[in-house]
Amino acid sequence: MNTPLRRVGLAMMVMIVLLLANATYVQVIKADDYRKDPRNQRVLLDEYARQRGQIIAGDNKTQLANVTGTTDRLRYLRTYPNGALYAPVTGYYSTIYSSNGIEHAEDDVLNGSDDRLFVRRLSDLITGRDPRGGSVQTSINTAAQQAAYTALTSRGLTGAVVAIDPKTGQILASVSTPSYDPNRLASHDGTEQKKAWTEYTDPNGPQPMLNRAVTATYPPGSTFKLVVTAAALADGKNKDTQLTAAPTIDINKNTKLENYNGSTCGSGQTASLQDALALSCNTAFAQLAHDLGPDKLRDQAAKFGIGQNGLQVPLPVSRSCIGPTVPSDNCMTIADSDALYSTGIGQRDVSLTPLENAEIAATIANGGQRMQPNMVKAILGPDLSPVETTKPVVAGQAMSSDDAATLRDMMIKSEQHTGGEGQLSGVTIASKTGTAEHGTDPRHTPPHAWYVAFDASTPGGPKVAVAVIVENGGDRGLGATGGKVAAPIGRAVIGAILGGGG
Amino acid sequence: MLAFAAAIVTGAMILVEANQQQSMSLDILYYGLAYLALFGVAHLAVRRWAPYADPLILPCVALLNGLGLVMIHRLDPALRAQAAAREHAYTDAAPKQLVWTTIGLVLFIAVLMLIKDHRTLARYGYTFGLVGLVLLALPGMLPASMSSAGGAKLWLILGPFSIQPGEFAKILLLIFFAAFLVSKRDLFTIAGRRFLGMDLPRARDLGPLLVACVMAFGVLALENDLGQSLLMFGVVLIMLYVATERSSWIVVGLVLFAAACILAYKLFPHFQVRVSAWLNPDAIYDADFGSSYQLMQGLFGIATGGIFGTGWGAGRPDIVPVSNSDFIVTSFGEELGFIGLAAILMIYLLLVMRGLRGALAVRDTFGKLLAGGLAFSVGVQTFIIVGGVTKLIPLTGITTPFLANGGSSLLANYILVALLLRISDTARRPQASSRPKPPQPAIADQHTVLVERPT
Repeated sequence: MNTPLRRVGLAMMVMIVLLLANATYVQVIKADDYRKDPRNQRVLLDEYARQRGQIIAGDNKTQLANVTGTTDRLRYLRTYPNGALYAPVTGYYSTIYSSNGIEHAEDDVLNGSDDRLFVRRLSDLITGRDPRGGSVQTSINTAAQQAAYTALTSRGLTGAVVAIDPKTGQILASVSTPSYDPNRLASHDGTEQKKAWTEYTDPNGPQPMLNRAVTATYPPGSTFKLVVTAAALADGKNKDTQLTAAPTIDINKNTKLENYNGSTCGSGQTASLQDALALSCNTAFAQLAHDLGPDKLRDQAAKFGIGQNGLQVPLPVSRSCIGPTVPSDNCMTIADSDALYSTGIGQRDVSLTPLENAEIAATIANGGQRMQPNMVKAILGPDLSPVETTKPVVAGQAMSSDDAATLRDMMIKSEQHTGGEGQLSGVTIASKTGTAEHGTDPRHTPPHAWYVAFDASTPGGPKVAVAVIVENGGDRGLGATGGKVAAPIGRAVIGAILGGGG
Repeated sequence: MLAFAAAIVTGAMILVEANQQQSMSLDILYYGLAYLALFGVAHLAVRRWAPYADPLILPCVALLNGLGLVMIHRLDPALRAQAAAREHAYTDAAPKQLVWTTIGLVLFIAVLMLIKDHRTLARYGYTFGLVGLVLLALPGMLPASMSSAGGAKLWLILGPFSIQPGEFAKILLLIFFAAFLVSKRDLFTIAGRRFLGMDLPRARDLGPLLVACVMAFGVLALENDLGQSLLMFGVVLIMLYVATERSSWIVVGLVLFAAACILAYKLFPHFQVRVSAWLNPDAIYDADFGSSYQLMQGLFGIATGGIFGTGWGAGRPDIVPVSNSDFIVTSFGEELGFIGLAAILMIYLLLVMRGLRGALAVRDTFGKLLAGGLAFSVGVQTFIIVGGVTKLIPLTGITTPFLANGGSSLLANYILVALLLRISDTARRPQASSRPKPPQPAIADQHTVLVERPT
């Protein structure tokens, strides 16, 4: 009986060898395929468990997002010390619902896999430390962000504020209200995440996760008259060029276009371009746009960045258009004569993101030179040592510096005609308000209130250009105007930048 | 050797704690000491009641059991978190398993104490066979509420306790078959006719094999338990082969096995699912019924571990369902890598080989058959489950001996090891009558002796 027993022993060895061979096949030869299989959550979980880099403010080292150590298997919990305030900047980082905002756009840096962090990764490897993510310094100015957020939320307004440094294109504030708490989406408690997600994405709710500053587009209303004026100045007109002052004009047989409250533009038969802008006369600008023609308007709009597709700051920005957004080919096409009149006053198909409107103001403030907007000031190492600083990029010359100066002066006049609270003493502001009609029944829908402005009197050039939008009249309903609702917010933001020393 | 095993296990515990919590807790001490005390007692029992037994078997078992305990302990926090996320209650498996280990060792000592000579077992062969059959069939007969868990109907659920009688039935049936074959051995060997160059057994002698087949099939049909029936069938086949020294049995057995497989494939959707999960796991990954999710996740796990593993406590074996029982091998493969998995397989091989060595050395045929069968059953069981989770063969649910979470299997395996030790002890016991002098141990095993120069 010993021979069979020996054979059984041999068979057992063969079986074990088979197992080992198979294990080799799975763990060595096929290992890479299995490891990279999208259904294998391990690699992803490893990334979640890494010490993610910080997101910090631009003016000081205030942490917008950091991590705290936990004892659970993900080891680090993403926390947002002032979540709702900075949510439109940081975005969220969820284990179930992916991420957005800077968290998404700069994920490679934050999770440490970016090539620019290679040297540091190498040293982590040698010292045996767990790899850590790099940090991102945003260009956000905490005072401006806070001022804008407080101004909007203290009155329960739905809207957005974008502030840009005209010289560099750095985004100083990006606020969207109502906002959400990204901490809830970063929770390691899956149930809590799901609950928050359902609440925040409820189509019938206030849509707090819609980033109104960069992804929502609105009719710009009268603020678009800045673009029309720029086109007119480029066409050889000046601030004294006379335009119609009529209270109404016929844009076709059946349709009239009228001034705000149906009043005439000033006291005369005609009004100068400067007065028409200051008084925001609709008839004058509709007629002016019609006289300039679609090509000149479109060219000027494009120079300001309207129609630009795929802009990333590095958050993806929606496209601003002067034509219909669908189909996308028509974005820069003014359909017909009727549309041309309406385009002159920023209505009908014209739709801008608050960011784009701030960019227009910033371009005028910067002597006509448009800077590429950006929210990332620098990439830092895990220890906040600098790795790479974002350099300002010139996007193009939108208008001559003379024309820009002329337009700036006209905007100063416009500010003087604008009412509203929050006037800053010792600061001359150049601005334009807008009260944009929208919806299927514009007369009975509270209008969007706009305000774009910059600090014209600051020695050495303006430090901030701001665009404010308050949806649906804010707390003023049908009687809302850009001056009453949006202007105080814009002034508060400018005040915060100047007061804080920029 | 035992101290060595204890050192490895405690070291593993420390690693796990370090990786999981970045701090040490008193738990380590508790588990480590309990472990050492348990196996210390077991060792003394072996020294007392089976002093000549193979010295490697118990340390192998202790190491496997210890590693299993550490892995179960390591998975507890992760599984608790999972259960909490689904708002289920979860009781830690490691303390329970430690209790089972204790009971297992008590049984182990009891077997060593009570069975002074394994040959006495042969006398009760038929009784054991009957009891074994009843135990095997019992869960299949009982209502589902008392016997069904996790798709297989092989439990005996009595309040908080649940045991798998099949595990014990396995050993009882092994004893029965050994006894039966020894008594009928001559019949099998002599009778038969030659066909196609092979010695075919007589048809009526095929009886027990057919019975084994029918039984395995019955268990499969009643209890949805592929692994156990495959194991039983394989062990009976090998015992027949060992008893008769005729390879024709293997051929006959394999033919029957193939037929049974085809029949089972036709009859049981359960079996079809397993086979298709094995052949084409990608296709049914998302299937509602019997998806290959578990198998694939297991493969992802060990592949992520790679050659060196993620480090104990640093991987995510808990993603794989039942990561602390049926799929505990993938947990090891992920965290200890190919190297760790190979080491564990080597321990199993060592254990089986030591068992077979006992079978070779023992003088009586019953002892040979029983030891061979027991050792082979451990080996085959390891092969079935490890091969199953690594997609070498279709996956069938069976416990990983000594490693996996589960009381019955542990208890049964401790009884099994006690029997192996008993046989090994008999085999190596010096026989005073035939040899006047006790045999010298091998040179390598001898202690260094200081020989004094005669003055």
